[in-house]
Amino acid sequence: MTGLTVRNLNKSFGALKVTDDVSLEVAPGELHAIIGPNGAGKTTLISQLSGQLASDSGTVNLGGRDITRMPMPGRVRLGLARSFQITSVLPGFTALENVALAVQARKGSSFRFFAPVATEAALNDAAMRALAEAGLDDRAHVLARSLSHGEHRRLELAIALATDPKVLLLDEPLAGVGGEDADAFVDRLRRFKGRLTMVLIEHDMDAVFKLADRVSVLVYGQIIASGAPEDVRNDPAVRAAYLGDEHGEAA
Amino acid sequence: MTETLTAPAAGRAPRRIAGRVKAAACLFVLFALMPPLAAALDDPFWILIGTRFLAYAIAAMALDLILGYGAMVSFGHAAYLGFGTYAVAILSSYGIHDLSLQILAGIAVSALFALVTGAISLRTRGVYFIMITLAFGQMAFFFFISLSAYGGDDGYGLTQRSSLFGFDLTGRDGALYYVTLALLIGLFALCHRIVNSRFGRVLTGIRENPVRMEAVGFAPFRYQLTAFIISGCITSIAGVILANQAQFVSPAFMSWHRSGELIVMVVLGGVGTLAGPIAGAVAALTLEEGLGALSEHWKLFFGLFLVLMVLFSPRGLTGLLEKTGLMRGKS
Amino acid sequence: MMNLFILQLLNGVQLGVLLFLIAAGLTLVFGIMDVINLAHGVLYMVGAYLIATFAAVTGSFWWGLLLMLPAAVAVGLVIEFLVMRRLYARSHLDQVLATFGLVIMANEAVKMIWGTSPLSVPMPDILSGSVPLMGPLQYPVYRIAVIVAGLAVALGLFVMVNYTRVGMLLRAGATNRSTVSALGVDINRLFAIVFTLGAVLACLAGALVAPVLSVDTGMGESVLILTFVVVVIGGIGSIKGAFLGALLVAVVDTLGGVFGPILLREVLDPSAASQVGRMLAPMLVYILMAVILFAKPAGLFGSRA
Repeated sequence: MTGLTVRNLNKSFGALKVTDDVSLEVAPGELHAIIGPNGAGKTTLISQLSGQLASDSGTVNLGGRDITRMPMPGRVRLGLARSFQITSVLPGFTALENVALAVQARKGSSFRFFAPVATEAALNDAAMRALAEAGLDDRAHVLARSLSHGEHRRLELAIALATDPKVLLLDEPLAGVGGEDADAFVDRLRRFKGRLTMVLIEHDMDAVFKLADRVSVLVYGQIIASGAPEDVRNDPAVRAAYLGDEHGEAA
Repeated sequence: MTETLTAPAAGRAPRRIAGRVKAAACLFVLFALMPPLAAALDDPFWILIGTRFLAYAIAAMALDLILGYGAMVSFGHAAYLGFGTYAVAILSSYGIHDLSLQILAGIAVSALFALVTGAISLRTRGVYFIMITLAFGQMAFFFFISLSAYGGDDGYGLTQRSSLFGFDLTGRDGALYYVTLALLIGLFALCHRIVNSRFGRVLTGIRENPVRMEAVGFAPFRYQLTAFIISGCITSIAGVILANQAQFVSPAFMSWHRSGELIVMVVLGGVGTLAGPIAGAVAALTLEEGLGALSEHWKLFFGLFLVLMVLFSPRGLTGLLEKTGLMRGKS
Repeated sequence: MMNLFILQLLNGVQLGVLLFLIAAGLTLVFGIMDVINLAHGVLYMVGAYLIATFAAVTGSFWWGLLLMLPAAVAVGLVIEFLVMRRLYARSHLDQVLATFGLVIMANEAVKMIWGTSPLSVPMPDILSGSVPLMGPLQYPVYRIAVIVAGLAVALGLFVMVNYTRVGMLLRAGATNRSTVSALGVDINRLFAIVFTLGAVLACLAGALVAPVLSVDTGMGESVLILTFVVVVIGGIGSIKGAFLGALLVAVVDTLGGVFGPILLREVLDPSAASQVGRMLAPMLVYILMAVILFAKPAGLFGSRA
């Protein structure tokens, strides 16, 4: 089980400080939720953790290894995967192919030019398992562009799972998903608890408080509170800054 | 409404792929029947021109490998034709006339050039990539223009005929034609396997969404560069054929207009289909020859044809691809 | 040797100024509209043919120049309206194909209208002859005038880009296109203005160079690629980058051809030096481009790669 340690992370776009001295300790096996109002810099933080964005200063440490300067593909191979808030799949590939590519990235060389990839059982089997875990195995052979929004969210999850992550960064996996779909999704994430370390960004407060072991609150790029869900819920600063109205809406 | 259209060859739709292989097979059969037909008409000119068609078919297919499957719009591919042609000329001046050695030499030079220029060009995207590949192509062009030992601007006539393992290739019986056809078929099979392999899937994945590919652990650069090199090497084989067909080499083989014509062939035939560009090469060259026979100012009509073709196809020729994220020219 | 150096340096600057005139429009078109236009070199050629025609008709270089300008505006507007306007939203591949078609068409049309033999444009009397520079060194007045005119246009562009509303929109558009539309600006009109401005500048370059070069159909081609190198080196969308890039490319191209073999003689025997020098000289600017791009993929002043 692997943990994630973030120390004094910073990122500015011009004069705008988007990530402001963020430190975060995600314990191995924990589901750590990051909440905050729109524009708090949550997605930027995830992009810094995943390596899509370079940080201005600070360190990111995965299971005792400094990965601050490592590009995204290297981090994925070490077991740090992310899902995207805005669905980012390969539209012209089937769901299965999308996931099989993620399997292929960690299984053997991709500098193989002759054997047909479509019939590689090892890739397809592992991809089907990931699809099943995400609840999308019945749509495996549908082109990604033809999937519904909810199915796209599940495909995002399946792709991230297929990279065989130790730490999973989930950027609003429930965005735009409602009702039973959302409940099923929460159940799914709960099943990964204890098996994976997860960092969850989510606006759905019900989901957050059902799932999270710990919660950090990000406002204007700064972590203003961090702790057990109940403590954070009752923190006056958090209520003042954010939770009061937003939670009221969600509930 | 365009939602219902499917992307050309993103690696799926086995029926569609099988259809393409069949279409290519039909083309190959037609090509094979050409020489007997020419013999019946007693017009060896057709074999000569047919060899040229086949050579450009190889080049267009090679360009499609990166343009269609990798969304890399290389505007400098004529340089590789040039490396192939000059491999023939330079080896011939040292008394080497064997086709296999000519091909090897062309491939070696092309691999090196593609490695260096590709490594620099692939650090950029979109408009930059197009302009930089164009500039590098032009660099090669000027190099051969100033290569006075081989005639510079005027070119260099080959004095001795080439052979393959001792057999004369340039006889009237169409030996070179059939060798070229065999090469085309072999290279088509190779490209077809590549695009359906692990490597090909990564390449098409990068075309569809490079960030997603990084997020599952692929560094796009090395795959794109490898494809770029493979494409350059195959294109140089077409150059070797062209030199043998014309018995003459000159920098004109590598002008940027030629690079543009290669792109036209790929687009005419269908981007990202392999078999399409083979037909596209035949169509474009036939169009050139046909218009040429009609008017000395055929280029005016050819240019007009290109402009109108782009402007009046419903969403542009590549509109379909852009819709599906294939041609991520715009970001 | 020193004299030769100064002469070649001036020649380089003169070429650089012309390249800048062509590259300025191109870099704005690339930067603001994200459109690749292979036909930009055609405009340079058309400018030269237009002044050749008007000068021949009126018998005066100056009248020719004066008449060329509105004609260039018309050419720019027509091409924008008929072709470019329909390409903005298309893929780069479509843009490449359509403007490549334009190049082929235009070259042939020019041949049909003006024939294949090169035309010449008389040098205006007031600018013919040479001036002494230093010691025995003489330099043609016309070339100095080209440098001055080019620098004046560059200065005008600089003022326009930095101190006018249109310039502000151009700069905003080059870095972030959605900003401009958010400002409620008629994008189509802005694009038409930018494209036509670029077209006029390219035509002007062709017209200015006409008296010292022979006017023929191939003239746009070599310049086009050099201009691409300039734009790529300078960074797409940057006027400042285009200016420095143009001077850099032109000076390297001019001096390299002359001094490359001389420098090589230090390390090689004379015949080898001249041979290697002759082969390397035309490649120098591309090597320069490769080196700069290797260090800075977005060019010297590029905002996005």
